Amino acid sequence: MMLMKRRDFLKVGAAAGAMASLYGCAGGGKASGHVVVVGGGYGGATVAKYLRMWSEGGVQVTLIERNPTFISCPISNLVIGGQKTMEDITISYEGLRNKWGVRVIQDDVVAVDATKRTVSLKGGSALSYDRLVLSPGVDFMWDEIPGLKGAEAQSKVLHAWKAGPQTVALRKQLESMKDGGVYAISIPKAPYRCPPGPYERACLVANYFKQSKPKSKVVILDANEDVVSKKGLFTKAWSDLYKGIVEYRNNSEVKDVDVGSNTAVLEFDKFKADVLNIIPPHRAGDIAHKSGIKLVNNRWVDINWLSMESTSTPGIHVLGDAIFPAPTMPKSGHMANQHGKLAAAAILNMLSGQEPNPEPVVMNTCYSFVDSKNVIHVSSVHQYDAATRTVQPVKGAGGVSAARNELEGKIALGWAQNIWADMLT
Amino acid sequence: MKMFVPLAAACLLASAGAAHAADPNLGRNLAATCANCHGTNGNAVKGSGIDGLAGIPKDKTLQKLADFRSGDKPASIMHQIVKGYTDAQLDLIATYFAAQK
Repeated sequence: MMLMKRRDFLKVGAAAGAMASLYGCAGGGKASGHVVVVGGGYGGATVAKYLRMWSEGGVQVTLIERNPTFISCPISNLVIGGQKTMEDITISYEGLRNKWGVRVIQDDVVAVDATKRTVSLKGGSALSYDRLVLSPGVDFMWDEIPGLKGAEAQSKVLHAWKAGPQTVALRKQLESMKDGGVYAISIPKAPYRCPPGPYERACLVANYFKQSKPKSKVVILDANEDVVSKKGLFTKAWSDLYKGIVEYRNNSEVKDVDVGSNTAVLEFDKFKADVLNIIPPHRAGDIAHKSGIKLVNNRWVDINWLSMESTSTPGIHVLGDAIFPAPTMPKSGHMANQHGKLAAAAILNMLSGQEPNPEPVVMNTCYSFVDSKNVIHVSSVHQYDAATRTVQPVKGAGGVSAARNELEGKIALGWAQNIWADMLT
Repeated sequence: MKMFVPLAAACLLASAGAAHAADPNLGRNLAATCANCHGTNGNAVKGSGIDGLAGIPKDKTLQKLADFRSGDKPASIMHQIVKGYTDAQLDLIATYFAAQK
């Protein structure tokens, strides 16, 4: 098996090498070594592919992912809304394996030894690395919602904030709900994964109710003072399309849940729903905490923006939703993909004895469906600023859609096809 | 090693204009920020409805970007994104994509 793998590495490397010698403008020595990537989502899959592609096969990459396939969070609200199926948002890791020569291992990383440069897997084995990339996404802070600490409670009151079995389960709860019922979704205080996502979900559930259960209601319990993302466009959708269906409540932080009565406990109030969808506060995925790297507010990983490397622990790079974000930077799949490319370029420079690119740029695009066809976007571009040592949003660039429109509904699905291919095939 | 000399020279030319020593792969890195929508190395997924950029002559891409910036070419999102990049960066991006297949 190992020989096979090595031959795959060489085969892919030769093809990529021919391309790079024509166009690559490779500087300095050729990068080599072993990079271990933890987490095969938008950040991890991208860094794995780009390390292999840009090193012309010179760097060996092992990706550890606990799930057998990639399931996309973006577009998953359309599964909850009834427009798409799980099959539409599920993609195999075979492209990374076969086309790019990434060794993909289905397992869980249980420990990181930053001194010995090894990771331990739940399955019992250990791997050594020259550079480690953590792209662990988020885990939930269940202590903040004590009633949801147990597994049984979590199977009844869903978050569906990691696409997978909970996505399907939430759809089933909505399908089983009687007409005239109430669906309530709670939003934690920012920062959280996918700022417009909860509002998009509220729209798509309201769209389903409007068509199939017109007496039903959607209530948004938002811990924030106001709508966090695309405010004007979302509030217009609620008043134009879902008047009498969607009700928005600001400053409504959920402090606990009584699972038996399906009731959210707020500071001064309680709210009982037929389908209760609680998105708990979250923080960097658990492995970031276990690895002992520096966190901000005990939640998010502090990184160097030239390399995505931990500010405390050399050799460990961190991507995606797990990091302490730069100013105005959203926690999004698109942004995690951009982090992956920034990290891949920096790691290859470092593995060949060069400094990382001193002027990195990342950008974000995020599309939200407000019904089955109409979409609104937000975009931004972030350039590295040496004075503040972070990436700063470019003033005058980026923005939101002028109005919801069907053209962007098509573009949003095209975006998904392209970014999935950019990560995985 | 001799083979790489003209390429290295081309790289220096491509990044002349930058105020400090630029990364030799700057064009590649910048172009990668476009790939989420326009495909890896500018090869968009066929049928996705999003323009591919690979192999498009540099001048054509730069004109299109200038028209997005000025508003001469209507856009859903590119008029906002183009304003986030400097002219020198757009030049590197267009150069990189022109050389892709």
